[in-house]
Amino acid sequence: MNIVVCIKQVPDTETQIKIAGDGKTIATDDIKWVMNPYDEFGVEEALRIQKAKGGEVIVVGAGPKRVTESLRTALAMGADKAVLIEDDGLYGADPLAVAKILAAAVKPLSPDIVFLGMRAVDDDAGLVGPALAEFLDMPNLSVVTKVEVGEGSVTVQRPVEGQTLVLEASLPAVISAQKGLNEPRYASLPGIMKAKKKPLEVKTLADLGLDKAGKAEIAALTPPPARAAGKTISGETAQELAANLAKALREEAKVI
Amino acid sequence: MAGVWVIAEQRDGAFRKITFEAVSAAKKVADGLGTEVTAVVLGSGLEAASADLGKYGAAKVLYADSPELAVYSTEGYAAAVADLAKASAPDAIIFGASMQGKDLAGRLAAKLDTSAAVDCTALAVEGGKIAITRPIYAGKVYAQVAINAAPQIITLRPNVFDIVETGGSAAVEKVSPALGAIRVKQVEVLAEEGGKIDLTEAMIIVSGGRGMKEAANFSILEALASQLGGTVGASRSAVDAGWRHHTDQVGQTGKVVTPNLYIACGISGAIQHLAGMGSSKVIVSINKDPDAPIHTKADFCVVGDLFEVVPALTDEIKK
Repeated sequence: MNIVVCIKQVPDTETQIKIAGDGKTIATDDIKWVMNPYDEFGVEEALRIQKAKGGEVIVVGAGPKRVTESLRTALAMGADKAVLIEDDGLYGADPLAVAKILAAAVKPLSPDIVFLGMRAVDDDAGLVGPALAEFLDMPNLSVVTKVEVGEGSVTVQRPVEGQTLVLEASLPAVISAQKGLNEPRYASLPGIMKAKKKPLEVKTLADLGLDKAGKAEIAALTPPPARAAGKTISGETAQELAANLAKALREEAKVI
Repeated sequence: MAGVWVIAEQRDGAFRKITFEAVSAAKKVADGLGTEVTAVVLGSGLEAASADLGKYGAAKVLYADSPELAVYSTEGYAAAVADLAKASAPDAIIFGASMQGKDLAGRLAAKLDTSAAVDCTALAVEGGKIAITRPIYAGKVYAQVAINAAPQIITLRPNVFDIVETGGSAAVEKVSPALGAIRVKQVEVLAEEGGKIDLTEAMIIVSGGRGMKEAANFSILEALASQLGGTVGASRSAVDAGWRHHTDQVGQTGKVVTPNLYIACGISGAIQHLAGMGSSKVIVSINKDPDAPIHTKADFCVVGDLFEVVPALTDEIKK
């Protein structure tokens, strides 16, 4: 069973995001780049399935050269090979264009399963998984917390509002990972040493015969809307604090 | 102008609240563009309910009645909507950024060779075009997005757009779009324990963090939430400590929530958490540390011991 995991490199979630001088992109000078946390669940699940079923795990990333570090992290966790579609302009590109580019890189690998995170914690879109599935003509299973691989099929659990759906799909399929799927392993020191020698193929958009021109663009970035200054609730005892808070919520905020 | 479309979301034969939010928001956009709203209803036995969408501003309903559409599937819905849209070429297709909508957007955009903006918090019409606002980096920054293709696919964050009853009525037209292969089957539905309201749909959330000290202490938050008709959330540290299930996590690697009232108890306010709840309408912080960053985000700050204040607040609400 061959498994591809698509990974994105994103700013660490601790990062204070600042808007760059062009007003359209973020300032990248102070950013620690990491593998998207949801993609880590995908890598982990792929490695667990590989252990049970055999086959290869190939990680695919798209973006500037720095994405190599995240691909090496996945290799250090245990993936066999990596492919980087290297292009400086891909970070922040239209997710639909990225999905098309990933599809072109993934297709020749003929995977049985494609994993990725259910969304990246930067653009928070979650568009790439279902779009990639469409471009690859595969079914998609989004935001899953449990995966069981059968013969030519896969069964997953997908939590939605107030219930969890059990879905079954034929393979090959695209599966996007949600927190709760597993506990991703850390790369071991021997793993990190081995990763340096594992194959990492670099491709360009020209190799894939595609460009990154998308149909959606960010016209401007703005800081989040400012909130009015808060009010400190007064009171000497817990009872007074609670009474004054309840009064404020009823009479001022009118939310209860 | 071929109009603004809304994809209605239904579960078990009833429209979900986000459907009315989406029709109301689409009506405003359609008015700005000088066009009309068409609602697309996919399901079974929904003809009578479909006409009701006129109340919120839909002029027309395209209703596909098929047992294959009774339960949502990405492929079935994407194929049906794409088939209908190719024939009518709408300017925009708007629906909820619910679990269903978030799943549908990418596949539909790929099918229609366009792009999508998801989880949007504001829509405006400027110079005959739809100006879209959506938070990114979990709300640390807001993006103004333009989609330079048609149809523009736009999904709306739940509980952000007001439901407006315009009192119109909609003409229902039955349609039979091509569905193609549906390779995913829903084999079972597991109910959430106690019919808990999902955090993304909750109007009131009482959330606990590291200050809760242990799992059992969440019972005081459950009591307050139950009194308020709300639901309980948690910070990442509470989830990582194993005190709450990961589906309760609010923040950048959990759920982004927009309730009317968010009560943060014993939560210090890490940047990832503030990002996830910062657009709640009213925020209350209860934390004994006066310097906790959560207080800077709150509308009402209570500097006090949550183990005393929360039960006292529950008693006050009962009064």
